[in-house]
Amino acid sequence: MLTRYGALIFAAGFAFFLFVLFAGQPLGAPPMTVGRAVLDQAPAAVGAANIVTSVVLAYRGIDTMGELAILFAASTAVGLVLGRGRGHAAPTAEPGGFILQAGVDLLFPLLLVVGFYIILHGHLTPGGGFQGGVVLAAAFVLPVLARPAEQPSHGAMAWVEGLAGTAFIVTGLAALAFDRAFLAPLLGAGQLGALVSAGTLPILYLAVGLKVGAELASLLLRFTEEEAAR
Amino acid sequence: MSQSSLSILLLGALGLVGIGVGGLVLSRNLYRLVLALAVAETGGNLLLVLAGFRPGAAAPIIEPGRAVAAMVDPVPQAMVLTSIVIGVGVQAFALGLAIRARAAYGSLDMDELRGRMEADIDAEAGAPPAASQHAPAIARLAGQPEAKP
Amino acid sequence: MTWTDLVVQVMTVLVLAAAFAAMFLRNLLGAAAATALVSLGVSVLFVVLRAPDVALTEAAVGAGLGGLLLALAAKRLGLWRIEVQEKTDDGEGKSC
Repeated sequence: MLTRYGALIFAAGFAFFLFVLFAGQPLGAPPMTVGRAVLDQAPAAVGAANIVTSVVLAYRGIDTMGELAILFAASTAVGLVLGRGRGHAAPTAEPGGFILQAGVDLLFPLLLVVGFYIILHGHLTPGGGFQGGVVLAAAFVLPVLARPAEQPSHGAMAWVEGLAGTAFIVTGLAALAFDRAFLAPLLGAGQLGALVSAGTLPILYLAVGLKVGAELASLLLRFTEEEAAR
Repeated sequence: MSQSSLSILLLGALGLVGIGVGGLVLSRNLYRLVLALAVAETGGNLLLVLAGFRPGAAAPIIEPGRAVAAMVDPVPQAMVLTSIVIGVGVQAFALGLAIRARAAYGSLDMDELRGRMEADIDAEAGAPPAASQHAPAIARLAGQPEAKP
Repeated sequence: MTWTDLVVQVMTVLVLAAAFAAMFLRNLLGAAAATALVSLGVSVLFVVLRAPDVALTEAAVGAGLGGLLLALAAKRLGLWRIEVQEKTDDGEGKSC
């Protein structure tokens, strides 16, 4: 009982600490020391209309590579924890209802188109590799929910994931060959707002999208198939 | 957006963090622990985005052919983008561990889990089952007084 | 009071209520749905805060993928049906 009160006091104290920390902030008037420089220089230097994308891929590219590494580690760890190779859908796993099956058939191509649209327009509009990758993963997991007997192969997904990760790193290394920093955008800024602009940023985001999509799809499949095998 | 709305948002974000951390330390069910972690993380993300907001500024996306107006800070937004994706990775791993723990010990309750794990450790080490569930197993193995049944 | 103020107030209340529901609902599947609702409401708040990128991510990753993950895990943990949960009560009545 004492530990529970202590925990409650800890939670309240933590919230109060955050309150004190943020009540002193000028709410609605951020200092923007880095942000102002990014806003001033990014459109001309990088050429992406979406400035968040130029921060994520051009100014903090190595950070994004670390994020991909963490996601890969999480996916691998889930595969390790939930058992590998044993998960084949039991033949008795019954298919979903008619509405689910028909809806999945209708949604699958639409989800693919939307996913690739979000990925390829990541430097122009809100969205990008991570969001589009999640949509792609959903597109490949939905058919499994409708028909558990037809599992997509983990091998193909591992190949897509590995090739996309290699493409990301090779694009980063190519910048080194041109005497630029690792992952620096190449090929010039291009015309602001055009589909082919912002140098190598669309290539990087395409690699991110494919990698995230394959990783998350195999992670979700791990959760579904093991349940069917039990 | 008025200043009072910003205060409401600040209180809401802090409330989410508070509820999440409270649930994290108070609940004993492993599944609810994951839920509390997700709620606290969402509140933290809202706090970060709120820190970069300016009233009357536009979203950090340039529309070609339109004059560039004042924009909100893009750096916290990029950070939160990273944080959300990593959060889901952590959530998936935590759920995998919870599934594994339940498969091994048949419970999701943290106290029951701890008791069964310590019994397991005791059986492995050949020590007699302890009377107290609250002493650490290592103290009982060392022959502390409370180890006697 | 403009409409953004109204959206902020309604959504903040909704999000806080959903967070409380996620912590106190007996049915864990309902609690998972409440967590997804928290993510969805916060993504609306991100739109009001002029962060469309973050809003899209939160809606797709936090609400969609996270909710799907929680639901699948609940199914594997045997929390899917309420009757089953009552029978094999995993100490749920004592938590919170």
